[in-house]
Amino acid sequence: MSIVTPVPPPTLPGAEVEIPRGPAGPRLPGPLLFLGRALRTLWSNGKARIGLVILAIDVLVAILAPLLAPHSPTATSFTPYQSPNATNWFGTTGNGQDVFSQMIYGARISLLVGIVAGAVATFVAVTIGLIAGYRPGIIDEVLSFITNLALVIPGLPLMFILAAYLTSRSVWTIVLVVAFTSWATGARVIRSQASTLRTREFVTSAQFSGERLFRVVFREILPNMTSLVAGSFFAAATAAVMAEASLEFLGLGDPNTVSWGTILYYAQQQNALLTGQWLMVFAPGLAIALLALSFTLVNFGVDALSNPRLREKS
Amino acid sequence: MTLLHAQRINVVYEPNRGTRIWSVRDVDLTLQQGEFVGLVGESGCGKSTLGFALTRMLRAPARLENGAIHFDGVDVASLSGEALRRQRRKGFAIVLQSGMNALNPVRTIENHFGDILKAHAGPGDHYSAGAIRRRGAELLSKVRLEPSVLAKFPHELSGGMRQRVSIALVLALEPKMIVFDEPTTALDVIVQKAVMQTIQELQREQGFTAILISHDLGVVFESTNRVMVMYAGRVVEDQPSNELGRGLHHPYTEALLGCYADPRAEEIHLAGIPGTPPDLSKPLPGCAYAPRCPLAVEICWKVVPPLAPLGSGTAACHVRAPSAQVPEAKVAAAKAAAGAVATK
Amino acid sequence: MTQPNGQSAPGKAASVPPLVVSDVSKVYTVRGRGRGKFTAADHVSFTIPPGAAIGLVGASGSGKSTLAKMITGSERPTSGSIKFGDLAVERLGAAELRRYHSRVQMVFQDPYAALNPLHTVEYHVTRPLQNFLGLSAARASERVHELLEIVGLTPPGQFAGKLPHQLSGGQRQRVVIARALACDPELVVADEPVSMLDVSLRAGVLKLLADLRANRGLSLLYITHDLLGARVITDEILVLNKGKVVEKGPTKYVLQHPKDEYTTQLLDAIATPFAENGAATH
Repeated sequence: MSIVTPVPPPTLPGAEVEIPRGPAGPRLPGPLLFLGRALRTLWSNGKARIGLVILAIDVLVAILAPLLAPHSPTATSFTPYQSPNATNWFGTTGNGQDVFSQMIYGARISLLVGIVAGAVATFVAVTIGLIAGYRPGIIDEVLSFITNLALVIPGLPLMFILAAYLTSRSVWTIVLVVAFTSWATGARVIRSQASTLRTREFVTSAQFSGERLFRVVFREILPNMTSLVAGSFFAAATAAVMAEASLEFLGLGDPNTVSWGTILYYAQQQNALLTGQWLMVFAPGLAIALLALSFTLVNFGVDALSNPRLREKS
Repeated sequence: MTLLHAQRINVVYEPNRGTRIWSVRDVDLTLQQGEFVGLVGESGCGKSTLGFALTRMLRAPARLENGAIHFDGVDVASLSGEALRRQRRKGFAIVLQSGMNALNPVRTIENHFGDILKAHAGPGDHYSAGAIRRRGAELLSKVRLEPSVLAKFPHELSGGMRQRVSIALVLALEPKMIVFDEPTTALDVIVQKAVMQTIQELQREQGFTAILISHDLGVVFESTNRVMVMYAGRVVEDQPSNELGRGLHHPYTEALLGCYADPRAEEIHLAGIPGTPPDLSKPLPGCAYAPRCPLAVEICWKVVPPLAPLGSGTAACHVRAPSAQVPEAKVAAAKAAAGAVATK
Repeated sequence: MTQPNGQSAPGKAASVPPLVVSDVSKVYTVRGRGRGKFTAADHVSFTIPPGAAIGLVGASGSGKSTLAKMITGSERPTSGSIKFGDLAVERLGAAELRRYHSRVQMVFQDPYAALNPLHTVEYHVTRPLQNFLGLSAARASERVHELLEIVGLTPPGQFAGKLPHQLSGGQRQRVVIARALACDPELVVADEPVSMLDVSLRAGVLKLLADLRANRGLSLLYITHDLLGARVITDEILVLNKGKVVEKGPTKYVLQHPKDEYTTQLLDAIATPFAENGAATH
């Protein structure tokens, strides 16, 4: 009895069997490389590309606000209730403030709340989802119960109630309130993905390789959930932007901050449509919608993040 | 009577811009009514793709690049939409690999029969619940299952039973040709034998033309009367099944045969095939098997060998089956024979 | 490769302890439809002598995978004991289990699932080296290249940086084997290592396992439903049916002279291209 490994056939000169070449050079680990690769992957998707462009514009406007805004957003030095004119491109508010400058500075708050609240909500969702998914039994049952409870309570009304009763009114209140009410959906999804991945053979093999719990969860399971986590983040950020605008519009935010939501608040207070300042209503509305849209568009590209096949330049 | 006549079938698969993978290349296939053909090959050889192409089941990003498929006189390659759908009744059908995935988990088997019968009902057919149950029981008995299966859900049945149900569902349409895509790969070895026996008996009783796609030469040898071996998207050999165990064959077929052995034999010589399968996105100008072939000569690297007579069938090999179309091959073959290259 | 008869590298066999499975049973309670208890393993006993290759053969549902999980510590038996030398496997705690894995490794069935799609070959093989042997990055890299050579992935430099989807099934399985060998285990449990590979690739992987066993003196537990693979690598086989051992003995003898009806059924179910009863009646 024998296992024969046949002699490989002679090859003609010039007729080489092609062995595909691997990636050249040493691989540098690090979050920077990861981010760069993630951006390139997102960029390759058409819809995500549009989303990234809009987002980039918003970010630039927010960062360069002092340079871009012609006037101070809070200075009440202009004639109130003006229609768009040479000095005030978008007109003025009832308090004599320049709407255009407010729009520029407003980008800061909207982006800040959107991204930070989204990040906090996602962080909570990932923590709870991973633990519940990876540890079946009593821990899973308790965490799932809490998640379901949070899901059942209507988010928007809860937000209003919380915002109304909290004594300190600041941007950070809004961030916390929004994050508190939007983590549950992500947690549910991440938990179910984690619990699927837990039983996958490469996780078992990692355990056989001697990996400890921490590494198994953060280096084996989590990287395979990148798409899901990114998707959750962008969904949460979208919800956060809309939620922040809603809270501000209803007067539950800090009326002294300048954000797109407060512009809408004052527009309503001052009957902007009646006084002919239609731009004061449409500009912030459109800006909020575009920002939310950009997050959603980028979300179309996140599926590729967890799929190494799509990372290669082919 | 010729039932299926397919010419120059080419299937290309484009997963993203810039990559074209030729899954099936220049395949001609003619089937007579009542034949039972086996399509054999390893992963990536294109056998499943060919089966899907013949039954018009290809989905983007794979597509039929060109080729004519004449089924029962009709060119089905050019059909689409409703006209194509009507071909599936008393026409061709496919039984897929995994019985579990092909059945809807939230509907009973009876519902499955009802769906199929109603979807393809003729103008005068009315299917009451009773009629569906009767027809269902009749079809189930053909695959050796009890009528009690009708009331069950797919997850309540074993793998072998689910596969039989899939076959029974296909029989509901009284097809003239059935393609079995690896019907027993996901099954236990003992259940595999039972299901293959049922398929064989069915084919004999009902007389439909059958194509069995499998990676297992043994299964194909035992069930079919004709075997086509595929490599890198092309058909490299076409023989009656009972000739597999003797005579000369295409070098790839011989290499494959060397990978099988009877575990009860006194002495066992088990071989593998060195090298790796070719990259289908970069087709070679000559024979795709040349890099791994012990008989390869210069012509093999330059010209794709056409199918030429070998034994009772045909093979695509310059050395074993030199074709009149390629005169240089005859010279090479003579040289090879003179050099007494070792065969099986 | 010559007849496997338990010969192993001199000296190593003496230090590898036997694995003794005594009267092991595993009963699962099935909730839901009230189906009660499911017996995956029923009073199974056998021994893997040092340096031997034993085959566990049976169809799906026969309990062989459950036994593999119990032997490698992934599951606990409901009753009975599993001893690796002096170590009681069924009573290992979490930390002891980690150490156990440095001595008893597993080769998995599905080469597509056993590797993390986001990590390179080098990463996969390095982890056990760092976890069990505490090697520095440089030394580990050297050893990784050695291991890749041993399993036939040459030149190793070309394979080290690849991701799993860039490799064929056979190559992936070799990576899985390289990883299993990294910590120089004493017993390797191979659960259907070639059943998901193309037939042309099986002989190579089987030969690799057989050579490794001969050269390194490790014990091998080969679990499969494929009797041909068992015949080629193992000295002795056990035939399992519904969790019970129905036949046991030297591999060639059992296959040529089966006593149990189930074994005969398994043998008859094999389809080879050389049988006399082809479809010549068509």
